[in-house]
Amino acid sequence: MADLQEFRQSVRSWLEANAPKTLRGKVTDLTFTYSGGRKGKPPHPDCIPWLNMMAERGWTIPFWPKEYGGGGLDKQETKILQEEMLRLELPPPLSGMGITMIGPTVLQYGTEEQKKLYIPQIVKGEIRWCQGYSEPNAGSDLANIQTKAIVDGDDYIVNGQKIWTSGGNESDWIFMLVRTNPNVKKQAGITFLLCDLETEGIEVRPIKLISGASIFCEVFFEDVRVPRNQILNRVDGGWEVARALLGHERTMIAGLGSRPAAPTAEDRVEAAAKKNIGLENGKIADEVIRSRMAQVQIDESSFKLTVQRNSDNMKAGHRPGPESSIFKIYGTELNQRREELLLSIFGPECLGWEGDGFDAKELELCRTWLRSRGNTLEGGSSEIQLNIIAKQVLNLPD
Amino acid sequence: MELVLNEEQTMLAESVNSFVKDNSPITRFRKLRDENDPLGYSKELWKQMADLGWTAILFQEEDGGLGLGMAETVIVTEAMGRNLMPEPYLSSIMLAGQALSLGGSPELKEKWLTPIISGDSVLTVAYQEKMMRYHLYRGATKAEKTSGAYRINGEKVQVLDGNGADAIIVSARTSGNDGDAEGLTLFLVPKDTAGLTVIRQSRVDCRNLAIVQLNDVEVPETNIIGEVGKGGELLSRVVDDATVALCGEMLGGMSFAFDRMLGYMKERVQFNVVIGSFQALKHRAARMFMEVELTRSVVMAAARAIDENDPNKEILIATAKARCSDAYVAVTNEAVQILGGIGMTDEEDIGFYMKRARAAEMAFGDAAYHKDRFASLKGY
Ligand SMILES: Cc1cc2nc3c(=O)[nH]c(=O)nc-3n(C[C@H](O)[C@H](O)[C@H](O)COP(=O)(O)OP(=O)(O)OC[C@H]3O[C@@H](n4cnc5c(N)ncnc54)[C@H](O)[C@@H]3O)c2cc1C
Repeated sequence: MADLQEFRQSVRSWLEANAPKTLRGKVTDLTFTYSGGRKGKPPHPDCIPWLNMMAERGWTIPFWPKEYGGGGLDKQETKILQEEMLRLELPPPLSGMGITMIGPTVLQYGTEEQKKLYIPQIVKGEIRWCQGYSEPNAGSDLANIQTKAIVDGDDYIVNGQKIWTSGGNESDWIFMLVRTNPNVKKQAGITFLLCDLETEGIEVRPIKLISGASIFCEVFFEDVRVPRNQILNRVDGGWEVARALLGHERTMIAGLGSRPAAPTAEDRVEAAAKKNIGLENGKIADEVIRSRMAQVQIDESSFKLTVQRNSDNMKAGHRPGPESSIFKIYGTELNQRREELLLSIFGPECLGWEGDGFDAKELELCRTWLRSRGNTLEGGSSEIQLNIIAKQVLNLPD
Repeated sequence: MELVLNEEQTMLAESVNSFVKDNSPITRFRKLRDENDPLGYSKELWKQMADLGWTAILFQEEDGGLGLGMAETVIVTEAMGRNLMPEPYLSSIMLAGQALSLGGSPELKEKWLTPIISGDSVLTVAYQEKMMRYHLYRGATKAEKTSGAYRINGEKVQVLDGNGADAIIVSARTSGNDGDAEGLTLFLVPKDTAGLTVIRQSRVDCRNLAIVQLNDVEVPETNIIGEVGKGGELLSRVVDDATVALCGEMLGGMSFAFDRMLGYMKERVQFNVVIGSFQALKHRAARMFMEVELTRSVVMAAARAIDENDPNKEILIATAKARCSDAYVAVTNEAVQILGGIGMTDEEDIGFYMKRARAAEMAFGDAAYHKDRFASLKGY
């Protein structure tokens, strides 16, 4: 206990002294999200020193093992660090698929050399990663991927196409699924590869989204050489890895929009309603909106409590319960409902695309709403989630 | 707050579940209804539950209780709600017992709380009146002061387990205006008091209920629970705890309905396959599964919030009752649909749950009431 107190004191004074003043108070501001890498521009110049000072201590991912560059903190220490960052309302120094998806998967499936090579780069935010799963004919039916990899000496030669690759144009490496054996059951002939996007023969083309951003890309592979030691797990053993990674991805997507709220921050919905609609006798003046707000907040609270129940259950040494199967679908649908409620609260002011006549918050809402429609598709659609619950949890027959 | 059962709670859940399963399968509920049992529950079974300690859970050790909390209470009510077990937990323990425990004088506790805990007496609280919806402080029942006593006139309806109760705690206005918390007083009225009439009521969900008529009922001052004029506050505190206990029942009931629906989906064959293989039904079942899981979390949280006197406890109580109300109705509606024609028959048990879902929704405030309360507590 005393040690934890000391730890908190030292974290507090270190952050007070060193964390960039410009980033304080930005925790809820999603534009202050930085994914690192060689190509991406930081949203603010001070994001780079902030990333570096945290990475040096391994605190970009505080609970990863020290031997691979992580912070080596236990659960309580991690919580203290997060609380102290929240106290100054600091945004996370680093986000992205490195820390949420491929990192945990490399820790799980990588060889010792792979962990030593990739994990420190992820911790430091040197390499930004993207996900090469989907193809034009392999979406929900992911095991149907056709991008081929054929052995050639110590390398594999890759040919094919990926699509919907988020952040492809700003990333340095891609983790991808390729077909190494066409003669077995679909799932049994897939291999999980890590590939440098600078390798000869790769072309990345952005696709424009309904939200106007081009976070999406097509990635083409023509006779691309990938060394054998960039395979994760064994050859033809990629499906298991792919599914493990999807587990990490779904946890991450389910948590969307639930960046920890700063203790002083007012709820986004409540603040918007008070500003745009106003109170009458202490109540939001539009009764229908008020009741939708209560519903969304009740559902948010129920969802958070369910996530907590799951983690308390595991902390108590039990296996994860069936409740974890609902996180992805419920979290994403909730996020969409919250965005739609915000549209109703903003009224016509939410319709701004760019330029004059709309303030920054209004313009941002229009884009986050459009982007949120993808939450129930990416990482396995809601319909696929329901199929999974029906089959794996409820044991309903095919 | 930790949303997980500890070792003792797990053991409690196992013993209550097996007791309810052995002694009160849903067939018993049907039998009591079919035979129009005059009491509606069994005094012997209730006594057995008391001997097992379950009626003592919530009360303080100096009152003869176990000093446990709502976290344990909802384990018991969930098990009872699963099989619609009719023993008077909600009325005698959660309403009357809690009112006495929080507001009763030492003499009243000795005389009434002790036999409540031992299962020898059954009491209830009568507050609801015709057309008062969910407003605890409304009603026309009045108590006038006479010398050293009060004279009560009025009529209460849908009084839980009023039929068969040994005494009834009645809310009556002693001062102030209709709708004010201030000025309501709680009086304990023993069953043989002159002017008290109890008439059994028949409600769609077969819960044991009564009309309680009070005609010039004389009650001594010593039978007042809490202070004169402060009964509103006490009542609302008691009803809050009872609401969470009811949420436990509702969680149990919706779990039963969900399991029945899922079981039927795996056995009923149409078009040469079991209907559970149809994706349209699978997805509906998966959505109902989500509802039940979310409900379990909020019920556990509300119970613990009361035990820990969490600053957010009222918000969590409103969250729990709103969610339980919506979810119980949704799950039972879906279950009736998925059972097809069978679901509409009296012979099939699912109807009991659909009826109970509505009645439970409307006890202690429906979903809309608790959403409004939630918003107000949040400051909007
Ligand atoms: C914003 C966004 C970012 C993404 N980022 C990435 C990324 O970085 N990397 C990557 O590899 N992929 C990415 N994806 C792709 C995503 O994983 C796919 O879009 C998703 O798996 C669905 O595949 P599809 O688009 O081919 O739709 P389809 O599979 O063709 O589905 C079309 C519709 O049919 C439904 N459907 C399909 N199969 C079934 C079934 N068995 N039962 C019931 N309904 C069914 C679907 O739910 C959907 O509604 C991203 C997608 C979005 C929207």
